[in-house]
Amino acid sequence: MFELLGIPPQVLMGQLLLGLINGSFYAVLSLGLAVIFGLLNIINFSHGAQYMLGAFVAWMLLEYLGINYWWALLIVPIVVGATGVVLEKLALRRLYHLDHLYGLLLTFGVALIIQGLFRNYYGISGLPYNIPSQLSGGQNLGFMFLPNYRGWVVVASVIVCFGTWFVIEKTRLGAYLRAATENPTLVGAFGINVPLMIMLTYGFGVALAGFAGVLAAPIYSVNPNMGADLIIVVFAVVVIGGMGSIMGAIVTGFGLGVIEGLTKVFYPAGSAVVIFVIMAIVLMIKPEGLFGRNA
Amino acid sequence: MSVSDLQPAPNERRPATAGMPKLHMAIFAVLFVLLAVLPMLVYPVFAMKVMCFALFAAAFNLLLGFGGLLSFGHAAYFGGASYVAAHASKVWGLTPELSILVGTLAAALLGLAIGSLAIRRQGIYFAMVTLAFAQMFYFFALQADFTGGEDGIQSVPRGSLFGIFPVDSNEALYYLVLAVTFGGILFLYRIVHSPFGQVLKAIRENEPRAISLGYRVNRYKLMVFVLSAAFAGLAGATKSQVFQLASLTDVHWSMSGEVVLMTLLGGVGTVFGPILGATIVVTMQNYLASMGAWVTVIQGVIFVLGVLLFREGIVGVISKWLKRPL
Repeated sequence: MFELLGIPPQVLMGQLLLGLINGSFYAVLSLGLAVIFGLLNIINFSHGAQYMLGAFVAWMLLEYLGINYWWALLIVPIVVGATGVVLEKLALRRLYHLDHLYGLLLTFGVALIIQGLFRNYYGISGLPYNIPSQLSGGQNLGFMFLPNYRGWVVVASVIVCFGTWFVIEKTRLGAYLRAATENPTLVGAFGINVPLMIMLTYGFGVALAGFAGVLAAPIYSVNPNMGADLIIVVFAVVVIGGMGSIMGAIVTGFGLGVIEGLTKVFYPAGSAVVIFVIMAIVLMIKPEGLFGRNA
Repeated sequence: MSVSDLQPAPNERRPATAGMPKLHMAIFAVLFVLLAVLPMLVYPVFAMKVMCFALFAAAFNLLLGFGGLLSFGHAAYFGGASYVAAHASKVWGLTPELSILVGTLAAALLGLAIGSLAIRRQGIYFAMVTLAFAQMFYFFALQADFTGGEDGIQSVPRGSLFGIFPVDSNEALYYLVLAVTFGGILFLYRIVHSPFGQVLKAIRENEPRAISLGYRVNRYKLMVFVLSAAFAGLAGATKSQVFQLASLTDVHWSMSGEVVLMTLLGGVGTVFGPILGATIVVTMQNYLASMGAWVTVIQGVIFVLGVLLFREGIVGVISKWLKRPL
């Protein structure tokens, strides 16, 4: 096999795969943020906590009710999405007429509450969640070993991302959604229930975070802080991509994950900050973000 | 972007730059007398902690309440200055006032670097950018050599003020901290009520109009950002001398959240709100420390209730009752 700059291909491919997996989470989470931002004009600071909630609900389903991973993949987004709907109905709805920053502050408070509660009951040490038996083991691709589950994470994320993109960009429902993003009053005048649509959109965005949480549960240990640091990176991803476009969020998410993985190979010390550095560069060159309309 | 509805409409009959109103002067005087005798009533270290956070919140309030900019990364300046001041005292052997000065300058420089990038975006993007840069700084503090990683910089010597007056004892240090933080808050007050502060207000209320009047809006924004970072740094540097410690806690994103909470609770855009908010939050942390993560939950609940029901904050509500800006 070839060697690139003295890096063995196994190492390079291994880190690329890790990068692609991180990128999957960045993509699904920034997609959720973009969907919510599009219609509600708020940044959902509790997105990381809702991702954590997704992982915990999956763990609880297995631990207390014996419900397996595949059902969790279906049930968790519904449950987490439902908490989002409640949150929208009880709280966020009251803030739409105010400055968008209040939405940020409110969801930050919600994140503190969720994380604090789980820290109280489950500590911070992390709970194990086994890879479902169908996806244990791996494939030898000749140049590297691909664990089945990790391959599945990437495939599932790509499917969900493109499914969401398709619904928003190519269907009638998506057309309503995009219209309401442009002008909610006018869409309401056409007889479409915009408040309901906003509520469900928030629920859907949150459900995406919950889905990402289930995907993450077998890879990362399930712990109350798992979303807190991740969400800050996702914010940087969103700043880099700009939230104007759904496809932009997806592409930026995967791309930055891969770049982060490559940084781990060539300059390990920089891997924690490379996304922030890219953000700084983007702010200098194209402040509105790579795919952004002016913000 | 505007945060105009954060501001209780003050019923101002006199020019805002015409010197301090009697009411404010009276409150500052009472506060000063109270603080002067406080070490006889409570543990001085606790009182010093409250004062440092009051200055921190007041510095943050300069940016949010008067500049209309929500930074979610102020821990970087607070904690960054704390590291630099602790390093200056411990390794360079500087006297406390010089260490604090060096820490403050470092925070101002950091504010200049981050601020000049962050002001390119507005609103929630601005908040996300500042948060992301603060997280970047957190990773730097975690990995850099001089910060001591997880241990932080411990047992920082307090030394002697100007190399003459020893401030090893809590009582002696208390009056230094009082002078620094009270002076800092008065200085911030002066900034807000200066012509510069009035331009800031104009930008906050209507940015396009301020531009059309010929103000270089971005310069004002950067200036207020740097000032706010510098005073946050002053608070952090002072805190490192009090606790003889600089640690990752002070640069963590939760610290950035706490200062937002203090300011929101006390009253955004008020003079005395951040002081009251900091006092409440620090006192709460002190007495509820044994409850562990419940403190986080309570802070979250205050955030949610504050945003939903109580946007003016405590001092903001009082100010409305009295029909006077406080």
